[in-house]
Amino acid sequence: MSLEKAISVEINGIDRELTAPANETLLDCLRRHGHFEVKSGCEKGDCGACAVQIDGEPVDSCLTLAWTVEGRSVTTLEGLNDAENPHPLIAAFLEHGSVQCGYCTPGIMIAAEAMLREKPDPTNEDIAIALSGNLCRCTGYTKIFTAVKQAAGVLRQGGGDD
Amino acid sequence: MTDQTTARHTEANVVLRQVGKPLERTDAEGKATGRTRYAGDYTMPGMLHAKVLRSDIASGKLKRLDASKARALPGVTAILTAEDLPDRLAATDMPGQTGQKRAATDRQILVREIIRHHGEPLALIAAETPAIADKAHDLIEYEIEPLPGVYETSAALQAGAPVVTEPDNIVGEHKIRKGDTEKGFAEADHIIENTFHTQFIEHAFLEPEVGLAWVDENGVINIRMSTQVIEHFRFIADAMGVPHNKVRILGAMVGGGFGGKEDITVELYLALLAQATRRPVRLAYTREDSFVGHGKRHPFDITHKTGVTKDGKITALEVTIRADSGAYVFLSPYVLLYCAVAAPGPYRIDNVKIDSKAIATNNMYTSAFRGFGAAQACVAYEAQMDEIAKAISIDRFELRRHNFMRTGDKTATGQTVESAIWSDKCMTQALAALGEPTNAEGPVKVGRGVATYQQSYGRITWFHDTAEAWVGIEVDGTVIVRSGVTDIGAGQASALGQIAAELLGVGLDDVVVYNSDSAVTPLAGTTTATRALYMTGRAAHKASEILRGRLVEFAASELGVRPEDVDLANGQAFVIDNPESAMSLKDLAARGASEGLQRSELAMFRAPFTDPIDEETGQGPVFPDFTYGCHAVEVAVDTETGEVTVLKSVGAHDIGQAINPQAVEGQIEGGALMGQGYALSEELIYQEGKLVSPSFSEYLIPTSMDMPEIKSIILESRSGLGPFGAKGIGEPSLTPVAPAIANAIADAIGTRVFDLPITPEKIVRALREADENA
Repeated sequence: MSLEKAISVEINGIDRELTAPANETLLDCLRRHGHFEVKSGCEKGDCGACAVQIDGEPVDSCLTLAWTVEGRSVTTLEGLNDAENPHPLIAAFLEHGSVQCGYCTPGIMIAAEAMLREKPDPTNEDIAIALSGNLCRCTGYTKIFTAVKQAAGVLRQGGGDD
Repeated sequence: MTDQTTARHTEANVVLRQVGKPLERTDAEGKATGRTRYAGDYTMPGMLHAKVLRSDIASGKLKRLDASKARALPGVTAILTAEDLPDRLAATDMPGQTGQKRAATDRQILVREIIRHHGEPLALIAAETPAIADKAHDLIEYEIEPLPGVYETSAALQAGAPVVTEPDNIVGEHKIRKGDTEKGFAEADHIIENTFHTQFIEHAFLEPEVGLAWVDENGVINIRMSTQVIEHFRFIADAMGVPHNKVRILGAMVGGGFGGKEDITVELYLALLAQATRRPVRLAYTREDSFVGHGKRHPFDITHKTGVTKDGKITALEVTIRADSGAYVFLSPYVLLYCAVAAPGPYRIDNVKIDSKAIATNNMYTSAFRGFGAAQACVAYEAQMDEIAKAISIDRFELRRHNFMRTGDKTATGQTVESAIWSDKCMTQALAALGEPTNAEGPVKVGRGVATYQQSYGRITWFHDTAEAWVGIEVDGTVIVRSGVTDIGAGQASALGQIAAELLGVGLDDVVVYNSDSAVTPLAGTTTATRALYMTGRAAHKASEILRGRLVEFAASELGVRPEDVDLANGQAFVIDNPESAMSLKDLAARGASEGLQRSELAMFRAPFTDPIDEETGQGPVFPDFTYGCHAVEVAVDTETGEVTVLKSVGAHDIGQAINPQAVEGQIEGGALMGQGYALSEELIYQEGKLVSPSFSEYLIPTSMDMPEIKSIILESRSGLGPFGAKGIGEPSLTPVAPAIANAIADAIGTRVFDLPITPEKIVRALREADENA
């Protein structure tokens, strides 16, 4: 058994203590602590299904060791789904039918949300670049692009949680 | 429940208020908020973690397998090898619902002696943690003596070739004979012959295979898993030597299937380990396990020899088809049949001769993949159409128009098509939607291409396919649908809700659909063959209609009118000519309950049943019906680098009736990108049968960077056999895409690459060869 320790981390705005062995990935650690919205797709950083934000930056949690997030903040899709103020991306994905099998969806929303903070009025190219690390096999990305643009518009008009 | 749409009467005299609307799917919110639980998200107390040990070579003899060190590792609960299993086999045939005899295509569960493909399982491991299971995996010692293998279909047919499948490596053969091809070729002014090759490809669903099994208090082996086919419980029971009612498969929302979760994947290993350990066992494939562990799309070599008159009438067609079925039979004979039946395309050809063979090799076995042989057929027949047009200097779209089948025409197997055939309309609209041509500059050439198709929906009619669904109304007026259908991401469950909502006069929000449980939901058959909406939709429609009839009759007596004067909508039963006279469905259901009104119905839908086609001529009906449509693309090709950019991609399909047009667009858009990968970048590389590209960094599926401008055009002939006249779109949306791209590239560069994928290297080579020949 490898060495275990408790790490302090803010997850979706809540301070948590997670125990993790030294060699555990953030993906496995989050899922072991009930964050099943973080999906395992390849465990090699190729597909983006496991994407989360660390201090607001999207990363593949399968390539991140859990211990490295000590003292930092982690955001998963659950963090975008604030009960009182869900992120406009969620409503836009629902409205435009951007979800099919849904397995890539959490990672795509995480990547898109980070992009929208940098680029409030994204072009197709901005979206394509932001989502280039997130594979989707069902949708052809088309309705995802539409939803991301709509969410950007809602945010520009002051909607959403910030 | 606020929809006040004016009544639109269909043949069924049903007002369409829910069907045909782009409603938010019932599964969407759970997925978009991360709350949906997939099969891999379930855990149980005391759960063990499993792992599969696989052969790392494709052809060999297992000389020794010693698990003693692994068994001695603390935390290892079970290691199963062939020695530990009874001498039973696992079925690889199509699961049926009707008890018909399955084909004799069984395979060994674990390697006993002979290894036939890379990744063939040698041992199963169950341990307290994933890390211990991994360690045990590495501690199992084995010795494999390599044996000569065969990796090309041509080599597998030679005398003295290693025999992968007894007696001669031929695992399937179909012939189609119609008219007289000698006479047809004699009538032709030109004879054009070409051979097309397609490659091994991977489904690449985002969720790798995963499941959790446990034995319950009744001794039933329960398996919660990601699958397209819960009916595999029967094959699992047979392989385990237990009665069918002692195995239950529960699905979950599936993270993509595309045919890759149609055959048995993890369920048999889970069942064996749960039975051996009497503890819950979880098995989650890694991405590499997934690449190595499930069947692939068949590579095909397809030769078309076409006779055509100078004004473009096709007079004869001979097609020779060879498919690589890999090391086990699985669904190869059926995939081959689909390819042979599809080979003439959507064209009326009076003289046809088709010969096809599926051939065993030591490559990975090949099986179902969206398009199921018919997609490979389209790659050949639509490229051939453009080659014919070029050879005889005729417009390629006019050539198609000249030869399209019309409603009432017969297919090459003599099946009369009674539904609408709107190939021409679809092609015309798809071409128009491409708009103004994009300007080409310098070494970049722009080209356009189309592909039309004929693709079946529903299973082969001699399978005698059936589906069941149960629909009930609660005493508060809400609706429940139960059906075994698996939902692989296309909205299969939600569509049933929309159908029930339509007929029972409620909103989709008022319906909950329970699906995908072989013990609890009525069996609906597989989510394969573009059959789920057609079959299960019809079952849900039938159950809803019967229930509707009872509710209407009861409401009529309550309202003091005749049943034909009552309609159900917006949560109410009301008098059509006097909508003020109404009662809520809640009151109606509660009143009905107190009077003993039956508030639920279980219905079965039966597809057309036929006998198998004639073996010598291939004549007879094969499928319930077909979808027709067209995909059109515009590409830019850099003639210096060979790089291809798909600029515009348009799918126009007559799908009969869209139940949820947004979901239909989703299929067309997804098919457009999957087909683009098939055409341009995807290929599994096998070296002596060993997969050397088992990851997404080597196997390249299209990303957001590859997305062209995609348009979906939905045509509705309402002529299909599905609910409300629907046809199918799951496979048809993919089938024409790759050939349309191949044709657009050929249009751009003036020469053709005959092998998929059309990589930059092949384009540069083709241009060089064309230059040298010029």
